[in-house]
This record gives sequence, C-alpha cells and structure tokens, in this order.
Amino acid sequence: MKKLINISESLLFAAAALALWEYGAHAGWWQIFLFPSPSSIFAYLQEAAEDGTLWSALLVTIHRLFLGYFIGVLAGVPLGLLSAKLNLVKNTIGLLGLGFQGLPSVCWVPLAVLWFGQEESAILFVVIMGTVWSVMLSTENGLSNVPPIYARAARTMGAGAAYTLLFVTLPASAPFVVSGMKQGWAFAWRSLMSAEIYVTILTGFGLGQLLHFGRELNAMEQVIGVMLIIILVGLLSDKLIFSPLERSLHKRWGTNIN
Amino acid sequence: MSRLSIRNVSKSYIADKISGLALSPASLDVEEGEFVCLVGPSGCGKTTLLHMIAGLLESDTGVILYDGEIITGPGAGRAMVFQDFALFPWLDVLGNVEFGLRFSDIPHRKRRKAALESLVRVNLGNVVHSRIHELSGGMKQRVAIARALAAHPRVLLMDEPFAALDAMTREQLYADVQFICSGNGTTVVFVTHNIREAVCLGDRVILFSEHPGRICREFSVRLPRPRQINDPKLSALSLEITRALKQRGTSARKRL
Repeated sequence: MKKLINISESLLFAAAALALWEYGAHAGWWQIFLFPSPSSIFAYLQEAAEDGTLWSALLVTIHRLFLGYFIGVLAGVPLGLLSAKLNLVKNTIGLLGLGFQGLPSVCWVPLAVLWFGQEESAILFVVIMGTVWSVMLSTENGLSNVPPIYARAARTMGAGAAYTLLFVTLPASAPFVVSGMKQGWAFAWRSLMSAEIYVTILTGFGLGQLLHFGRELNAMEQVIGVMLIIILVGLLSDKLIFSPLERSLHKRWGTNIN
Repeated sequence: MSRLSIRNVSKSYIADKISGLALSPASLDVEEGEFVCLVGPSGCGKTTLLHMIAGLLESDTGVILYDGEIITGPGAGRAMVFQDFALFPWLDVLGNVEFGLRFSDIPHRKRRKAALESLVRVNLGNVVHSRIHELSGGMKQRVAIARALAAHPRVLLMDEPFAALDAMTREQLYADVQFICSGNGTTVVFVTHNIREAVCLGDRVILFSEHPGRICREFSVRLPRPRQINDPKLSALSLEITRALKQRGTSARKRL
C-alpha cells in the first residue's frame, strides 16, 4: 500500500511537471529554441530511433562503457587487495590512487588527447582512469572492514595465509567490493560522457558526441533528448543491476550499507 | 603423556602505553577425553590461554605441548568454536561444515558425507542448504560446532560459545554438547565466565583471577552425566566456587 502511494506520488509529479512544461512552451512563457516542449523532444527521439542514430550511438557508448569499466575493475580489485595487505603498495600506489581519485575525470581528457590523439584509446583511457582508483580504494576499504574473526576461524581449521586471503577474506569483503564496483560504474559513466563530449572521433559516434553535435547544430531537442537518454541509462543500470545485487549481498552477509 | 600440557605459559600486553600481564606463568595438564572449563572474570587471561592453545597467539614464556609436541601455530587437530560463530555467510550450512574438512585427511569425495554426518549429529540434518543469515543464534552455533567436529579433532576449543545465546537455547546446547563430546575421546577446553555453565559441563573447573590474570584454584566435578543446569547439587558446587572467587577478589583488594 505504502509502495503504491509512493509510486503514484512520483507519477503524479512527473505528469504535472510535463503538462506544465508543455503548456508553458506553447503559451510562450519562454523562447522555445532554448527550451523546447516535451512533445518536440519526444518527436526528435522518435525520429532518431527510427533512423537508427540513437541506437547506434547507444551501442557505441555502452560498448565503450563496458570495455573501460571491465578493465578498470580488473585492475582495481587486485590493486585494492594488494594495497590492503601490503603496506608498501598502500604507501605508494595507494597514495597515488587517493590523489587521482580526487581528480575529476574530465581533467584527464586534455592529457589523453595529447597522448593518444582523437582516438578510441583516448576515450578508453579516460574511462579507465575514472574507474580504477575508485574501485581500488573501495576494495581496500572493504577488505579492512572484514571482521578478523573469519581469518582466525579459517586458520584454526588449518588454512594457510594465502588460502585464507583468497578464499576467506576476499569473499568476506564481497559486499564492500560490490559497493565499490557500483561507485566505479558511476565514475566510469561520468568519465565516458566527458570523454565523448570532448573527443570527437570518426570511428564511433556515441551519446556524448550526439549531445555535442546537438549543441553545434543549435538543436535543443537533440541536446535535451540525449540528456534524457543518458539519465535513463544511468538510472536503469543502478536500479536493475547494482542496487539489487548490493542489497542482497549485504543482507546475506549481515553487513550494513555504508 | 597428557593431550595438552601447558608449562609456565605467560603473556603480557601493551595498551595505552601501559604494559601488564594478561596471564602470569600458568601450568596445566589436560588429559585425553577430558572436559576442562576455564572460568573467571573478564581480563583474567582465560581467553588468552585458549588462543595460545589454538596457536593463534604466541606465548611470551613457557610452552604448550600437544601430544608432546610444542605448538607453534594453528593446526587442524585443534578445532575452535567462537562466541560470535565466525560462520562464512557466502557459503550455505553444508558449505561451512565442508570448509572445516578442506584441510583434513578425509578424501575429497567423502567430505560431503562426513559434513552431513556432522550436521546430523548436532540435529541440523534438515537445514543443510539454508543460508547462515536465515538461522537463529542457537542454530548458528550448532553449525559452528558441526564445522569444528567434522574433521574429528582431538581437541575442541570453545571460547564462550553460548554467551550470545538466550537461556533456553543455552540449556538445550548444554545437553547437546555433553552428548556430542562424551565417550569419543574428544578433549574439550571450554572458556566461560558463567560458573554454573562450567560446573554443568566440565570434569574439571579451573578458576582464574584477574590483576594479573592467573590460575587460582581448581575444582573437580564428580556429578553424574548428563547433568542438568538446574540440578541442586550442581547449584551447591557452583555456589562454593563463586565464594572462592569472591574471597580471592577481597583478599586481592586488601593487599592493594
């Protein structure tokens, strides 16, 4: 019942906002070339979907996102593991990661363009840099949150140090690692959009580039339409993949989120 | 030869830049099949001693012999049950018990069967595929006992295993532990701060006192088994031990 009320409240708000927006645009409350009506934005999206530009851009973007994120996680988790267990790594790469984590990923773009040129690899580099440090730091944090009793129990059963790390401490930290991967995903998504907007290449035309060309063409329907799609992708990946996974792990592990 | 022989074992600690003795030199022999309870107030060194027997902690002085050999680290022959269960939430009940067999001599293909047998022994044959978070506290501790016993260790070390459980669950577990551990030669070292619990379970009760932690007295419990926690004879003996503990406390204060 409570859930029903929540959903209907959200829906009512959305409907009212859209209606007001549509009405305001037609009534001339503002200049529509700066803020077009919802119906014209949906018309653009429909057209872009029919001629395929939207789908191909979505595909290119998602491909880049997965590739960069995958590499970032693949590097970030072992780095976090090492950093949690070896003080040498923590004091060197760990510290470096802490610094880079604070650097907004769009700041990597100029460097990436100069190093790699207007290439696919420049975009990938920015996404990886945006992902790897946050995944590394949260993995490290997750491992240090694991109650030491697990490792102690494993040792009394005869497990060695390396076995305990890989088969006890690492799985014990899974909820924290997944929270880190979720954060990493958010960072990867932001990095990719910055990269796509600034790096215009001919090998692939992603959502960010679609957004950028909307600006160049002064096509406000396109700008806002693509923004809506970007919001939707972020929202769906969180609601459909990460949040349920995170919740179920924390519940099962008996740990709390945060 | 005793199963466990503790000789002049001591341990100091450093906290807030003050060092002290967690356990002043203690000696104790535990025989095969014996159930020994270590009782005392918190900070008396009983858990420290248990962790040293488990091999999780090194002693500063003295040695602990296990079947005549000096203990240098944890070993599968000495299994441990912890107060807060220490079960692995990423494995189901059976998986947890099987984990206890990974480092045993039992061949790979027989492990599942051995784990199931161990679970049946603690009356959990019906929840083998449950998740840990689905179990009650008492069931969790049974799983932990099944995990510890699966590989048939010679020594079972129990660190206040029932302290986090409610009274009714505890009572049931007293009966279970007596049933499981009697007559099969398993040596049990059981740490508790509950004197009645110690008298109910132990063949011998070793009394510890604090500041510094040390063994102060020893009682033999010759009541017939299985014992009930509410048995009047058991109450009488626990009262005697409680008095001994209190006297110790006052005499120590007088000396100060």
